[in-house]
Amino acid sequence: MTTTLLFLAVIMAVVIWWLVRQTLNVKPWVEQRPWVGDRGGEGLSLPPVMVGLGVFLAVATSLFALSISAYFMRRDGADWRPLAQPMVLWFNTAALVLGSVFFQTACNAAKSGRVGGVRLGLLAGGVCTLVFLAGQLWAWQHLNTAGHFLTANPANAFFYMLTALHGLHLLGGLWVWAKTTIKLQRGAAVHEVRLSVELCTVYWHFLLVVWLVLFGLLLLT
Amino acid sequence: MTYVHVGHDATAYAPPAEVAEVELYHPKTFIGKYIWSQDAKIIAIQYSITAIGVGLVALVLSWLMRLQLGFPNSFSFIDPSTYLQFVTMHGMIMVIYLLTALFLGGFGNYLIPLMVGARDMVFPYVNMLSYWFYLFAVLLLMASFFVPGGPTGSGWTLYPPQSILPGTPGATWGIILMLISLAVFIVGFTMGGLNYVVTVLQARTRGMTLMRLPLTVWGIFMASILALLAFPALFVSAIMMLFDLLLGTSFFMPGIVSMGKQLDYGGGSPVLFQHLFWFFGHPEVYIVALPAFGIVSDLLSTHARRPIFGYRMMVWSIVIIGGLSFVVWAHHMYVSGMNPYFGFFFATTTLIIAVPTALKVYNWVLTLWRGNIRLNVPMLFAIGFIFTFIHGGLTGIFLGNVSVSVPLSDTMFVVAHFHMVMAIAPIMVVMGSIYHWYPKITGRMLNVTMGKFHFWVTFLGSYAIYLPMHYIGFLGVPRRYYAMGNTYFVPESVQTLNAAITVATLIVGVVQIVFLYNLVWSYFKGKPSGDNPWEATTLEWQTADTPPKHGNFGPELPVVYRWAYDYSVPGADKDFIPQNQPPGPTAASVAPT
Amino acid sequence: MTIAIVLVLLIVGTVAFHFLSPWWFTPIASNWTSIDDTISLTFWVTGFVFVAVNLFMAYCVLRYRHRAGGRAHYEPENKKMEWWLIGLTTVGIVAMLAPGLVVWANFVRVPENAAVFEVIGQQWHWSYRFPGKDGVMGTVNSRFISDANPFGMNPDDPNGKDDVLIASQEVHLPIGKPVKVLLRSKDVLHNFTVPQFRVKMDLVPGMVPHIWFTPTRTGKFDILCQELCGIAHFAMRGKVVVEEEGTFQAWLSGYPTFAQSSAQVAGNAVIGKPLYAVCGACHGVQGEGNAALHAPKLSGQDDWYLKQQLKYYKQGIRGTHDKDVFGKMMAPMAATLVDDAAIANVVAYIKTLPDQAARATLKKSAANVQNRYVTTCGICHGADGQGIRAMNAPRLAGMSDWYLLTQLKNFKQRIRGAHPDDQYGDQMSLMAATLTDEAANDIVAYIISLNRADKESAKRRF
Repeated sequence: MTTTLLFLAVIMAVVIWWLVRQTLNVKPWVEQRPWVGDRGGEGLSLPPVMVGLGVFLAVATSLFALSISAYFMRRDGADWRPLAQPMVLWFNTAALVLGSVFFQTACNAAKSGRVGGVRLGLLAGGVCTLVFLAGQLWAWQHLNTAGHFLTANPANAFFYMLTALHGLHLLGGLWVWAKTTIKLQRGAAVHEVRLSVELCTVYWHFLLVVWLVLFGLLLLT
Repeated sequence: MTYVHVGHDATAYAPPAEVAEVELYHPKTFIGKYIWSQDAKIIAIQYSITAIGVGLVALVLSWLMRLQLGFPNSFSFIDPSTYLQFVTMHGMIMVIYLLTALFLGGFGNYLIPLMVGARDMVFPYVNMLSYWFYLFAVLLLMASFFVPGGPTGSGWTLYPPQSILPGTPGATWGIILMLISLAVFIVGFTMGGLNYVVTVLQARTRGMTLMRLPLTVWGIFMASILALLAFPALFVSAIMMLFDLLLGTSFFMPGIVSMGKQLDYGGGSPVLFQHLFWFFGHPEVYIVALPAFGIVSDLLSTHARRPIFGYRMMVWSIVIIGGLSFVVWAHHMYVSGMNPYFGFFFATTTLIIAVPTALKVYNWVLTLWRGNIRLNVPMLFAIGFIFTFIHGGLTGIFLGNVSVSVPLSDTMFVVAHFHMVMAIAPIMVVMGSIYHWYPKITGRMLNVTMGKFHFWVTFLGSYAIYLPMHYIGFLGVPRRYYAMGNTYFVPESVQTLNAAITVATLIVGVVQIVFLYNLVWSYFKGKPSGDNPWEATTLEWQTADTPPKHGNFGPELPVVYRWAYDYSVPGADKDFIPQNQPPGPTAASVAPT
Repeated sequence: MTIAIVLVLLIVGTVAFHFLSPWWFTPIASNWTSIDDTISLTFWVTGFVFVAVNLFMAYCVLRYRHRAGGRAHYEPENKKMEWWLIGLTTVGIVAMLAPGLVVWANFVRVPENAAVFEVIGQQWHWSYRFPGKDGVMGTVNSRFISDANPFGMNPDDPNGKDDVLIASQEVHLPIGKPVKVLLRSKDVLHNFTVPQFRVKMDLVPGMVPHIWFTPTRTGKFDILCQELCGIAHFAMRGKVVVEEEGTFQAWLSGYPTFAQSSAQVAGNAVIGKPLYAVCGACHGVQGEGNAALHAPKLSGQDDWYLKQQLKYYKQGIRGTHDKDVFGKMMAPMAATLVDDAAIANVVAYIKTLPDQAARATLKKSAANVQNRYVTTCGICHGADGQGIRAMNAPRLAGMSDWYLLTQLKNFKQRIRGAHPDDQYGDQMSLMAATLTDEAANDIVAYIISLNRADKESAKRRF
């Protein structure tokens, strides 16, 4: 459980730090000094949906951290054998990295208002992701036919479960990607889709980091 | 320390710029307004009705369990198998589908936007979806009553290997539906939780700093954070258990012989499940308790006409309790066979968490001290909460202290403890807060005579149920036992005591009809309440209309100038100052001398 | 006003209930008095807090209730008071935690000289193993578990040969000697609890947790399973008998070692045939039973079960209750079998008798009892009623239905199974008690209808 506890310690440290900033030496029953101008500290200067994504990423991190903790705890079992790694996983990783890169270019284009760049970046990013997912399914197929069934050993079971969880999160992201791409196709202006593109980009980077961690885990143990 | 009235020139405050408004969806049809509603107030009522409905099912299940314990073998359909199914479904429904859903989905949705001064939650569409996921999860769970083998009878804790092996009721379809229902619930609650957290962070109205939030919001906010971070543990363990059952993996399944047959599992760890489950399970009890803590602070303050004592410490203790709740889980596992050295760590953290909790209790009572207490129905329930929570919290110290816990583990003492602290105390708050906020939701007061009767029977009856149960546990009578049978050490009198507890249970249960009747009757015949019958300071009482309309506050959002507890401010002409009342020559603002 | 009075009454009542309650910890029978002491200390501290805080609250509710013209005192916080309260609370917490942890440190450190024995749990029985003369426990593995080797002993481990195997619900322990209890489960989570010993621990399949204690007084104590382990969790009962060393050794020597139990000689049906003549007079030449003489069908019944019942009749464990009219007739019959070999032989002969289903005498009920049968009986006796050796549950299908019904009634009324040495009597009594007479009738009628043509293929084999 160390992984999860570390993650939680980080979160709690952030929460406490932020709370201390907000509350230290503040006596709420005493009149505050008058304020002029904009918001007197009522919240982060980010659009709510971006904050929402941040919170969701914390939830997803909790999910993956717990799965990783379970992985380590199960690894103590007598029947642990390291996973046989299909080579295709390397190819898939490259595809996902490329996907993140393309999303980032789409994001930059959206910030500078270049609709062509956004369209291209989104399309390429989506295609790379679909290639990744197809590759993951191929890896499953490959392992299965090579005799490494789900039940053969616990490392296999974890591989299937972890890649399934990760893949499902990607599919969720693809849903938003699809809606944004279609909106663009129908002639929406760049500034209308900018927030969605930014959100997608952050999400994709997050899932890339998660994949790199999972991949590293499976390789090294 | 004394406080004096200090005058302030109103012009020292520049009128603040308008806060960006949440995009509201304006429905036109009945279905859009009341069924597929995106208005948090309607969603709150949907959650509450569903939660209370399924809670009544669980209440009836508890009567059936108590009938078997009090009057054994009186009803032929309560056999050892169905008994375990009742135990399991009662527990799971009450903890997750009633309490969590009611406090977060019900109270959270109704009160958070109103109390922070927002028009609605920040993601109304996702909020609406969250309710329908919840309802779907409830239906899936109820469906397990009708599948072959019936619902799972593994206890709400669902421990493998037994939960997925023959010998336990519902070890196929029952447990599958349970696990899938939980997964759906968790997805739904993530959607809801995102709303509650981000709304508190981002949609507070001008002037509503974090330290001006009422403790109700703090409690629900912290509980939502806990839920978001802890539910994934249950989700992951549900997936892994489904894999073990359906795909033959061995996450939790060691090499075993079941009913004389060697099974094809090996190497898995049942204790791994327990770690994951309780990593979720302990924060879960705080997900139920923290909103109750926050709400009761506001009930006490409003009805004692006194600021909640030690507001800052109260906020800090909510945060610290929330944080610590993640590092105490294995006190549920002292006799699980886990590494015994863990016992030292978890006993220490568990007893540490008692300190901020005790502080909250002291501050609640100190709020009553030197107050001006109106003993109306919400206040009576608040006092009932304090009394039962003190008892339940103190028995928790027995169970948290590892060596003391060992003889008491898995006995009726544990059952009595968690009912006192997680069922009776929070339900006192649920009922008190319904009496408190019903006027805001409906525009009418609940009948006081029925309310007082409801309070006395529920409070005294519940205490009569659970106080003696602790002593049955001291004797050593185990939990989840269909019948005690003959032993060398359990006296006959325990059976009589069990019968008495059952009678009390049935009386308390039946009297809830008075409450339900009151809810319906008062809707039509209750005394009209006006906008602010309790003369409370928080924003939900300052709405333009009662009940509040879509958009909550009329054309202009309120501006907040003070904290939520300006009750009995010296020098003020009234004994309360609403949060959105600007400072002026007659309004007081205070500085310590 | 009323609430203040009620609060005071509740405080007084709670304290009074505590001191007057006859329901308290059962007198301790082990060395763990330090646990009891820590519990006492915890009561004093928490009791003080309970009374003090609630009394103060009752006082506040009375003194500060709303009066016309009254006003509350505005005091948002009092840091000094709060820090004092935190300090005092911390002192109280430490006062309880410190001794608790000291006791736990003792729990974690097993004494060097502790004798070892193993408790094995399965759904829903206990069994035990002692290390034998060499003092070393043989290795075990669940893969070795079979009907012939129910303890899962590793046949290649020489240390295991002299392990004493106790296939009984009752275990004995010598007084005054610390003992380390190894806990092993064959199937699911269980928990070994003897309230008088205070300590308990789960049995976890795949691991071997342990506890230790020193029995300090003689007596007979119940073992309860305290981790929900399925339908008959409440009926999984054992017994611990604490006695003098000499008596303990005598008891231990009455049980076979692994080597001895593996070497058991099968019965000889030819020698058994003349022994059977006495039995056949009532039970029929073909072992088909005779309802008029109240003698049930024997052919087709499990040999291990017949042996066990004959031994019980011989030892007076079965058939001595006043109301067990027909059971009483069995004692002199069983006495004609002079020793275990004779029993084995006659049972071997019975096994050769043709097995035709007994004629049904009960009317089959219209009710759909399959579900009820499966969850109440079938889990142990098999969904097909063929019996499961590993569950110590004999065959039911194809046997005499009137006899099954009588036995259910006898178990329910404790005419059968009440003898303290009847290993499965308590459990069967508890299970039979869950059936009304009508339900019992329906279930037996259902059992008889179970198809015995599949008997050979359905019977569990290893």
